[in-house]
Amino acid sequence: MTAHEKLSAAIRAANEAGRTALVPFITAGYPEPKDFVATLKDVASVGDVVELGIPFSDPMADGMTIQRSSFEALRKGVSLKWIFDQLDSLGGEIDTPLVMMSYLNPLLAFGYDKLAKRALSAGVCGFIVPDLPFEESHELRTALEAKGIGLIQLVTPATPDSRLKTLCDASRGFVYAVTITGITGGESGLPSDLAAYLDKVVSIANIPVCAGFGIREAGDVAAVGKHAAGAIVGSALVEVLEKGGDAKQFLAALRP
Amino acid sequence: MSSLFTAEEASRLLQAAIDGEMPDDRGRFGPFGGRYVPETLVPAFERLEAGVREHLHDAAFQKEFQRELREWVGRPTALTFAAQLSKAWGAEVWIKREDLAHTGAHKINNAIGQALLAKRLGAKRVIAETGAGQHGVASAAACARVGLPCSVYMGAVDMERQAPNVDRMQRLGAEVVAVESGDKTLRAAIDEALRAWVTDPDGIYYLLGSAVGAHPYPYLVRELQAVIGKEARQQMLDQAGALPDVAFACVGGGSNAIGLFYPLLGDDIELIGVEAGGTGDGLGQNAATLATGTPGVLQGSYTIILQDDDGQVQETHSISAGLDYSGVGPEHALLQAVGRVQYISARDDEALEALEELCATEGILTALETSHAYAAARDYAKRNPGKRILIGNSGRGDKDMPTLTQYPPRTRRHDST
Repeated sequence: MTAHEKLSAAIRAANEAGRTALVPFITAGYPEPKDFVATLKDVASVGDVVELGIPFSDPMADGMTIQRSSFEALRKGVSLKWIFDQLDSLGGEIDTPLVMMSYLNPLLAFGYDKLAKRALSAGVCGFIVPDLPFEESHELRTALEAKGIGLIQLVTPATPDSRLKTLCDASRGFVYAVTITGITGGESGLPSDLAAYLDKVVSIANIPVCAGFGIREAGDVAAVGKHAAGAIVGSALVEVLEKGGDAKQFLAALRP
Repeated sequence: MSSLFTAEEASRLLQAAIDGEMPDDRGRFGPFGGRYVPETLVPAFERLEAGVREHLHDAAFQKEFQRELREWVGRPTALTFAAQLSKAWGAEVWIKREDLAHTGAHKINNAIGQALLAKRLGAKRVIAETGAGQHGVASAAACARVGLPCSVYMGAVDMERQAPNVDRMQRLGAEVVAVESGDKTLRAAIDEALRAWVTDPDGIYYLLGSAVGAHPYPYLVRELQAVIGKEARQQMLDQAGALPDVAFACVGGGSNAIGLFYPLLGDDIELIGVEAGGTGDGLGQNAATLATGTPGVLQGSYTIILQDDDGQVQETHSISAGLDYSGVGPEHALLQAVGRVQYISARDDEALEALEELCATEGILTALETSHAYAAARDYAKRNPGKRILIGNSGRGDKDMPTLTQYPPRTRRHDST
C-alpha cells in the first residue's frame, strides 16, 4: 500500500466501523514546541488521520486562530526541518497516518525531492497546500507521487462542476471539501445547503471525501458525517490547546 | 540572478518582453509570475482574466478610460525640466510629474482603470489594500467616481504614519479596515484583503494596487500604468529633443516603475529601479527585495522575495510605507534576471536628504517613496557627469508630513538673511 492509499484506508476503516472519520488539525509546535510530541500522540490516539499545520508567515487562507498559532509557533522557532526531526524521533510510535498542511513557500524552500523523502520516512502520507491550485501543482505532485505520497486537492462551494471532476480525479488519499466560501475558523456555522454540495462531491470522487472549515462540535461532525466520510476539525481544537484544555477529551466528545 | 539564464535565453526572454509577449498564457514572465491562490478564488481569478481579455483593449473601454484619464485624472501629467537640480548635479534632469495626477500619485491611473473594469464585470463592491495610503485614496476616489462601495484594508502601523490619508479615504466614502495581523503593514493588508475576497468571490472586485500578486494583476496593472512611460517618452522627444540616457523609478511592488520602464524597454536607455535600503543591509532592516532576496512564492506570485532559509517571509523596514514590502512584481524579477533593468537601493537618510534638496531646488515636495529615486539619481549623476536623466516622480509628499515632522529641515534658507 502506498502512503496515500493508507490515508484512504484509514478513513474507510473508520466508516466500516460505523464512525465518521475524524481528522484533527494541530499547528505543529503550538502552543509550546516542547509539548508537540505529547500533543501529537494524544490527538493521534483519537483521530483516524492527523493533519499537521506547518507554520507560515503569510497564512492567507486562515482566520485569526490559525494565524495566531502560526505566528506564535514561528516565534518559538518551529520550522519544517524541526517538525521532521520531531517526527523521526517518534520512531514509528504513531501509526495514525499524517498529512501536512503547508503553504507552498516553506515546501519550495525545503526542496521538493528532499521533502518527499523525509515525509515518507516520517509517516507523512499526504500534503494539503492551500495556495497551490491544480494548474500550478505539477512539479510538487510529481515529486510526491514518486514516493507514493498524495497531494490532496481542496474543492469549495465556489468550484464549478466541470472543475470539480478534475480536482477529485487529481486528489490522492482523500478529497478535502471546504464547507464554506471563506477562511478557516469562521463563526457562522455550516451553510444550509451543505448536504447537496457534499453529496455532489462524494458522487464525483473515487476516494473518500473529508469536510473541513467551520466544524466545531459533535453536532457539526454528525451533520457532515451523514454525507462525507470524514470531518476535519482545526480552529476549534487549536483553541482548546491554546487554553490548556484536554485535546483527547475534546476530540472524544466529537465522536457521535 | 543573471546566472539563471544563458545569454541566449536572457536575450530571447527580453525580446519577448519588448514585443509584448509577456506574460504568457499561464501568466508567466519567464519563470516568474503564475497564479498561486486558494481554490475558492480560482474561479474569481478566471473570471477576472476573461474580463481583462474581453474589456481592457476593447475600444469602448479604452474610450471611457482615456476620457477619465484626461478629464478626471488630469492627464497628461507634465514633464518638468529641473533647471536648478541639473546645475547642482551637473546633469540634465527631467521629471515626470505623477504627483500632479488627481489624488497626488500615479496610483490613480490603475485605480480608475480597475474601477471601470469592476463596474463592467458587475461587481457589487470593491476592496483594496494600501500601504502609504495613496492607493487607498485613489481607490476610494475612483469608486466614488464610478459609484461602487469601497473598503480599504490598511495595516495598523501604516494608519498611524499616514494618518491624513486615512481621513481622506473616509471622506471619499471608503471604509478603512485596520489590519492588526502579521506585520501590520502592506503585506498583512494584502493577506487580509485576500481573506475578505475569499468570503465573497462573486460579489467582490479586488482592486489590487501594485504590479504584484497572481495573474492577471501584474499584467493588468502594468497595462494601466504604462501611460506614464508612453507620455514621458513622447514628452522627452518633444521637450528635450531626445530620449534620456537613463531613467530612475522607485520600486516597492513596482507599479510606477513598470509603468515608466515598460514603454522604454526597447530603447537604448539605461533603466534603474530603486528599492528601499532602510537603515542598513541586515535582514529586516530594509526592503531591498531584488538586491538581496531569493525566488519564492508570496501572495500569489513566484517572484523574488525577502525570506529566511525556511521560506518564511521576512519583515521589512523603510521610512516610506509604500516601499515597505517583502516582495516585488514578477516582471521586475524577470527584467533583473535578464539584465535589462538594474535594481539598487537608497537608505532612509539618503531619501530624506534628496527630498529636502528637491524642495529647495525645484519647489517640489515629493513623496518619501519617490525620494529614493532622487537619491540614487544624484549618486549616479555624480559618477556619470553630463547625462540626460529622467526621474519618475511617482507622488507628492503631503501625505508624509506626520513622518517628516520628526525630521526638521536642515536647510533653512531664509534663517540667515
